[in-house]
Amino acid sequence: MSERELTNSNSARRPLLPMPIFKRAVVGAFTKLDPRKMVKNPVMLVVEVGSAFTTVLAISALISGKAEPGSGSAWFVLLVAVWLWFTVLFANFAEAVAEGRGKAQADSLRSARKSVKARRLAEARRDASITEVDSANLTAGAFVLVEAGDVIPGDGEIVEGVASVNESAITGESAPVIREAGGDHSSVTGGTRVISDWLIVKITQNPGESFLDRMIGMVEGAKRRKTPNEIVLDILLAGLTIVFLLVTATLYPFSKYAVSSTGQGDPVGLTVLVALLVCLIPTTIGGLLSAIGIAGMDRMIQANVLATSGRAVEAAGDVDVLLLDKTGTITLGNRQATEFIPAPGVEEKDLADAAQLASLADETPEGRSIVVLAKERFGLRGRDVTALGARFVPFTAQTRMSGVDLNDRQIRKGATDAVERFVTNLGGQVSAEVKKQIHHVAKDGATPLVVAQDNRVLGVVRLKDIVKGGIKARFSEMRNAGIVTVMITGDNAVTAAAIAAEAGVDDYLANATPEMKLARIRDYQSKGHIVAMTGDGTNDAPALAQADVAVAMGTGTQAAKEAGNMVDLDSNPTKLLQVVEIGKQMLMTRGALTTFSVANDVSKYFAIIPAAFAATYPSLGKLNILHLHSPASAILSAVIFNALILVALIPVALRGVRYRPAPAAELLRHNLLVYGLGGLVLPFPCIKLIDMIIAALRLV
Amino acid sequence: MDTLVAAGAVLSLLLLVYLFFCAAFPGETLVSLQSNLTVVVYIALVTALAIPLGLYIHRVFFGEVPVVRRVLDPVETALLRLAGVQKDTAMDWKKYAVSVLVFNGAGVVLLYLLQRFQSNLPLNPGQLPSPSRSLAFNTAVSFVTNTNWQAYSGETTLSYLVQMLGLTVQNFLSAATGMAVLAALIRGIVQKQTSTLGNFWVDLVRIVLYVLLPLSFLFALFLVANGVVQTLDPSPLTSWISPSPSVGEMGATGTGVALGPVASQVAIKQLGTNGGGFFNANSAHPFENPTALSNLLQMVAILLLPASLCFTFGAAVKDKRQGIALFSTMLALFVPAALYCIWVESQPHPLLAGLPIDHTASQLMSGGNMEGKEVRFGTDLSALWATATTAASSGSVNASHDSFLPMGGMVPLWMILLGEIVFGGVGSGLYGLLAYVLVAVLLAGLMVGRTPEYLGKKIEAFEMKMVSLVILIPACTVLVATAVAVSIPQGTSAVGNPGPHGFTEVLYAFASAANNNGSAFGGLTANGTFYTTSIAIAMWIGRFGVIVPVLALAGSLAKKKTTPPGLGTLPTHSTLFVGLLIGVILLVGALTFIPALALGPVVEHLSFTSP
Repeated sequence: MSERELTNSNSARRPLLPMPIFKRAVVGAFTKLDPRKMVKNPVMLVVEVGSAFTTVLAISALISGKAEPGSGSAWFVLLVAVWLWFTVLFANFAEAVAEGRGKAQADSLRSARKSVKARRLAEARRDASITEVDSANLTAGAFVLVEAGDVIPGDGEIVEGVASVNESAITGESAPVIREAGGDHSSVTGGTRVISDWLIVKITQNPGESFLDRMIGMVEGAKRRKTPNEIVLDILLAGLTIVFLLVTATLYPFSKYAVSSTGQGDPVGLTVLVALLVCLIPTTIGGLLSAIGIAGMDRMIQANVLATSGRAVEAAGDVDVLLLDKTGTITLGNRQATEFIPAPGVEEKDLADAAQLASLADETPEGRSIVVLAKERFGLRGRDVTALGARFVPFTAQTRMSGVDLNDRQIRKGATDAVERFVTNLGGQVSAEVKKQIHHVAKDGATPLVVAQDNRVLGVVRLKDIVKGGIKARFSEMRNAGIVTVMITGDNAVTAAAIAAEAGVDDYLANATPEMKLARIRDYQSKGHIVAMTGDGTNDAPALAQADVAVAMGTGTQAAKEAGNMVDLDSNPTKLLQVVEIGKQMLMTRGALTTFSVANDVSKYFAIIPAAFAATYPSLGKLNILHLHSPASAILSAVIFNALILVALIPVALRGVRYRPAPAAELLRHNLLVYGLGGLVLPFPCIKLIDMIIAALRLV
Repeated sequence: MDTLVAAGAVLSLLLLVYLFFCAAFPGETLVSLQSNLTVVVYIALVTALAIPLGLYIHRVFFGEVPVVRRVLDPVETALLRLAGVQKDTAMDWKKYAVSVLVFNGAGVVLLYLLQRFQSNLPLNPGQLPSPSRSLAFNTAVSFVTNTNWQAYSGETTLSYLVQMLGLTVQNFLSAATGMAVLAALIRGIVQKQTSTLGNFWVDLVRIVLYVLLPLSFLFALFLVANGVVQTLDPSPLTSWISPSPSVGEMGATGTGVALGPVASQVAIKQLGTNGGGFFNANSAHPFENPTALSNLLQMVAILLLPASLCFTFGAAVKDKRQGIALFSTMLALFVPAALYCIWVESQPHPLLAGLPIDHTASQLMSGGNMEGKEVRFGTDLSALWATATTAASSGSVNASHDSFLPMGGMVPLWMILLGEIVFGGVGSGLYGLLAYVLVAVLLAGLMVGRTPEYLGKKIEAFEMKMVSLVILIPACTVLVATAVAVSIPQGTSAVGNPGPHGFTEVLYAFASAANNNGSAFGGLTANGTFYTTSIAIAMWIGRFGVIVPVLALAGSLAKKKTTPPGLGTLPTHSTLFVGLLIGVILLVGALTFIPALALGPVVEHLSFTSP
């Protein structure tokens, strides 16, 4: 686990707006003006109707040469109309950019699955007749033969064979993994490459229907459905819009009464009312809401996690219990050598020497850790095995051993039963003492690796679970953010407790069976918790289906993937932590921008109200605390600010507000200060500045 | 407790320092030491009485009242048996809402008929005629909705029988309805995964029997001791010592002194945030509010029940801090408003300021803006009362709000426009505030990256819809009704002072009606058909347009699971949250009403200084 993976990598490092996306988004901004598409966003629909209405006013004013009473000049009406259209276009642009970025992300995923030639078998036997077909034409249920060097043509289940597969195209991890029929490692992903041996794969997805394709559809926005919290927010925004519609609609009779009782000025002009309405309704959040949602999905995909719905992403933000598998999540999946335990009559150094020789050519992390330990303990330097005339015996799925043939010596290391078979074949045997040592190591929760030379067992290397670096700090951050971490392990309670304490998890479930997992999840849920878990095996499926947020490993079985609501292509269980953060970040971005949007309104009142009643009640001019140039420039400044702030906030919407794991109160204080107070104060200087520019350019 | 207690301690300390400063440098501070002390003593009294009362009401809500119950249990049982109510049958929200509507609808019909047949019924010593249809309808809706808007003059319009059997009874029942709805909402929050909210009839009987009746009885006795009249005798005729020539010519030699069963009605009028006076002058009348002590205790009574229900809430959700947070929110909105109003009214009227008149308050005279105020109370107690009576939805008055300075008069208007949630009505104030709490929870929840939840209940689409209705319905009613009134001749012709002040009068009338406050700004001739009818409609919508969504909200919350609190849970008792809540309330209020206020009190104020 590299440090990069442990830190939050959501803050996109890729450019915010590459040229092709920009171009497509500009076009998108206009095509989205279609009212049928705008209906989905009531706030922006109101702005569009307002823009169209003002345009009509502007045209009639230009034709007749003067604006309707109370709206100043025809030129002013036209400028307001233009900026109102800009407001709608900017909102559409934001959505189009988010979609464009999503599409780009999806395209890069798609390119991972180039069309390849597949060898289709008539039936699931190796010697069945073969037809060459294009992978794009493979339908679900087809059997294909994949041999060493071939690219697997599509997602599927292995029905026969064992092979090592390089999945780096999907996961970025170069070490090959073993895939075999039956069990939890029977699933293969299209685009990965078989390194050794052969497989017969039953294709499980039709072309265009694979998990990846479904995800790509989600990001591209077409199939996006509103998430529960988005709906709640929509209701609030609709409520505010209704209030402001009434505020502006009633302002007309109010001002008419004022005019009739004072005998001065004109009632508020319709252009001014529309301008006020658009400034007041929450356009900033209304315009960016869908962009935030799409960007959230996009960030998930950047993290190589595919979610089945925006709902799942959002639920991730609510998670307060994380069930984490020990292996691969909390401890390094690869165990490390920590001790040489020589058999009776064997020097520890000899054991170390043999183990090192057997591991020199072994590139697995376990192998390397033996070399490192030998060097640390006895200063044994690495030797050039080929110079010694050694022949490396690689690990295979069948032998489950690796080693080296050196001159007449055969050194092997491997699992107890495999080495025992090797030794007995050569006429040797495993002594009772060594068996006791093996048992002792296993009891501690560590893995015994037996080393043999020819028919003699030299001893045992203790491979210990290594708790990932930085994971303890990460868990304490989680705890600080109110998330309970629970370690799931098949280990006995003693071992589990030791590792749990070392890793700093809050709780553990030892000797875990799938049933126990399921029961534990139900237990948490009945107490009102939202539970997230990862899993890869078929026997994880019920628990995955039960959990609120279930991340299936990309390498996991089809059943696991179907049961979960997210798939991690990297198959990195630690990703769960990042998933939670992305979920939270999406909600926070919405909350922050809503607060900002509503807080903005105060300043707009100060700009527009004195301007609207300048003729009827000149004394209201005292509320013009910004000393804006003229009534027309004041109103126009507010409208322009309202449009520009939308553009200015697009990067925040796409990248999300900063999230760090902290108690809720701390996050609230920070966001209230930045987006609440900031939203209240910021518009004042901005509107003043715009007004100064308008006055300098003599626009109105 | 932590932050809230610390904040309280710091505030108290600052307050002490400030009070010392006021004492040391009289004239240097905006508001005198005496005025400040009045507010402090007032708040201290309300708080001291509200805490034990709130805890007691919690026990009533949840059916455990050991001492009083031993005495009154047979009465409760008899009443419920008489009505054919099964004590243990709990209602879901729809049934509860229907019961509330049917009961209050019947109340309107009964009160209407009682008025219309007044002239044929006994206990009418003044032989008053029956009020007109529209006035009777307006008054019936007004008292049933806990508004107590009075388009009539009490002593010259309604008989003793109607005042006692009609108005006083509704004073009890409308207050009890508000508390029952709150009880249902609290149960919705506290209970887990159930569809029932309790039994409206049982709630109603218990609230009246164990809370409102004993309190009112004690308070009425106290008022009588202070000189509030309580009699069924007819008005005695007194002869003038020296009749003025003009009336002498009309042949009159004296006048009747209005009396009646006043104390019994005033007690519940103040305790139940009803506010409808026995006399037209309300609590400015010496028989309704005779002494400084009666004035203080009536002010305490105005805020007492709404304040105590905060503590009831804290006890019910088993987290005192939640109640304290809500109470703090109310105080934080109330105290600055009261002090501001006191300060404005202590100033002379700007148009009189330049004249050679002494406006300073002294031992011998009340200073400041004394127009429309009782000399007995002066500007401080009038302004404090005005703020309290509009913060709570009482609406009883001891001065004319119409005669306040523009910005002084804006304070009571503002308190009403906030939606009667700063203390607010009995029960209704707190359930209204809880709607705002849920909006704050939504914003805060999103800002910390969690699906919003309040006291463990997730706030989802349905809840948000109901919350929006609770907040939107009164606000929209005010805006639309005012717009209609200023657009048609029936509306504008009734305005006493055309221009910004007249606009304020109309706005105030509908604000008061739709938020069920019931105080009148004055200056508006509101007994014509247009205003009696439109105001009656506004009162009904403002009351039951809110109660139904509140009950729906309660029903939906009751069905939910409760999420256990953790570090990721947003604390809703912290000073930070209280600050956010205050911000949300002020922002919603301000954004909705800034244009209207700008065209009313604000422009009137500004025009004084720049004609």
